[in-house]
Amino acid sequence: MNWTAIKAIYVFEMARFFRTLTQSFISPVISTSLYFVVFGAAIGSRIDQVDGISYGAFIVPGLIMLSIMTQGISNASFGIYFPKFIGTIYELLSAPVNFLEIVIGYVGAAATKSLFIGVVILATSWFFVDLTILHPFAMLAFMILTCTSFALFGFIIGIWAKNFEQLQLVPLLIVTPLVFLGGSFYSISMLPPFWQTVTLFNPVVYLISGFRWAFFGLADVPVGLSLLAIAGFSALCMLAVWWIFKTGWRIRS
Amino acid sequence: MTAIVDIQDLKKTYEGGFEALKGVTLAIKEGEILALLGPNGAGKTTLISTICGITTSTAGSIHVGGFCVDKDFRGARSLIGLVPQEINLEPFETVWNTVQFSRGLFGKRRDDAYLEKILRQLSLWDKRKSRIMELSGGMKRRVLIAKALSHEPRVLFLDEPTAGVDVELRKDMWDTVAQLKADGVTIILTTHYIEEAEAIADRVGVINKGQLLLIEEKADLMKRLGQKQLRVELQDPIAALPDGLGDYDLTLSEDGASVVYTYDTKADRTGITKLLADLAGAGLSLRDLQTEQSSLEDIFVGLVKEGQS
Ligand SMILES: Nc1ncnc2c1ncn2[C@@H]1O[C@H](COP(=O)(O)OP(=O)(O)OP(=O)(O)O)[C@@H](O)[C@H]1O
Ligand SMILES: [Mg+2]
Repeated sequence: MNWTAIKAIYVFEMARFFRTLTQSFISPVISTSLYFVVFGAAIGSRIDQVDGISYGAFIVPGLIMLSIMTQGISNASFGIYFPKFIGTIYELLSAPVNFLEIVIGYVGAAATKSLFIGVVILATSWFFVDLTILHPFAMLAFMILTCTSFALFGFIIGIWAKNFEQLQLVPLLIVTPLVFLGGSFYSISMLPPFWQTVTLFNPVVYLISGFRWAFFGLADVPVGLSLLAIAGFSALCMLAVWWIFKTGWRIRS
Repeated sequence: MTAIVDIQDLKKTYEGGFEALKGVTLAIKEGEILALLGPNGAGKTTLISTICGITTSTAGSIHVGGFCVDKDFRGARSLIGLVPQEINLEPFETVWNTVQFSRGLFGKRRDDAYLEKILRQLSLWDKRKSRIMELSGGMKRRVLIAKALSHEPRVLFLDEPTAGVDVELRKDMWDTVAQLKADGVTIILTTHYIEEAEAIADRVGVINKGQLLLIEEKADLMKRLGQKQLRVELQDPIAALPDGLGDYDLTLSEDGASVVYTYDTKADRTGITKLLADLAGAGLSLRDLQTEQSSLEDIFVGLVKEGQS
């Protein structure tokens, strides 16, 4: 392992993040606050509690998930798309690094950024609702795993994308709907039976359910299944990345 | 002779089916400066990209420092520095961070003193804290060079390093190249400028349409170029050269109407005065005189034309 190279990539990528730190910091704070105002105040006044938890608190895990998934994807996809776009990728391709080192550097940085945002949102939530986290370590583990696997997914999108539109397409058309329909803002048990079954085909459900369990000890699906889902998703992404670098798909002509 | 870069029958066909390299075999000697000349689209960049790992080869083999560029890519690539033809730089980063990144990416430990030396050498030290987007085109090109040098390569590829660079800077770059050569770095550069090849290269290769048409020591090439031909037209054709002119490098034309004398313009004496006297002495009367000189440009154009027909 060329750790020096991994560190170089990681540091360089994080520098981009630090250049826009205020921006990176302020936008999740504002959007979280907005969610609390809209969902918490408007809907929360009608739905008092979900499974014995105040609605405001109930949506916190979903809110965090929504952000770290979309941020993980957009950070990582942009992180690798940008060098492709401006041509600096030549240096990566000509460097004595293997695919794993490139992935660890880029995905690691993207995951760190979304983790940071997740933590910011969590902290912001404390201003709005009372939160006690039942399994803090599991919470952190779920958060890190989600950040990493979605960054990995974003990395693939970044390599696949041929223009900025495509870069936005997958997050917009696939991920956001899946997250919204994945029980971020409601419990699956609130749906009619038919839709409950349909929902179980949405992979995001498992992630949010597991994450929520770490907070409140409540889950729509067994926690083991959630872990399996996230591990499976990461493995699938890893396989795709391995194949991309083996064949040079969309990076080496 | 040790070849630091050894290319055997390298072929490259791009996805669309275009054959950009049609079997190039080339051994680059350690410590030399090799200039690759060729018109647009000749395959110079493709050749360099394939060696450096940016494009994959279709057939053939490449070894750098004894490492196969596919199987031992780490060994091979850690020896190579590449200055690409296009100016590809992250616009928002500072010069210093960009160069630091390159060094780290190649797995070299941080060495600020070394990077400072390079930046000073390339007159970029004052600009180290500037963002790339704030630099002029020539400065950006030097940043690319600094990046390539940051990880102390043994083999440096310069893909048209002086394109769009003013005369003074071009001279600076030649000095830099000479300095690198003195440090033992092997340098391969592509250029459209024959003077550039003449000025700094040890060997010159001409490539066109994916084929290496010529590769020769510059000194030999220059010797060939330094030669001039004097054509002496005779009043009356002769059947054979008269005896007593055997010391001269003479050829008689087929129709016997002219004698061609090949001589070295760089020699102290060209021997023309004596030749003309001797010709007259042999009883030949002269009608007219012409001289011809072939330049590297002529050879280059000739080779390229041949390749096209
Ligand atoms: N990615 C690519 N896909 C398809 N064809 C390509 C690609 N890159 C280069 N070519 C073709 O390969 C040929 C050689 O290109 P190359 O860039 O190697 O030329 P070059 O000698 O560097 O020219 P120049 O002096 O203009 O830089 C050209 O005909 C070019 O169109
Ligand atoms: Mg080129």
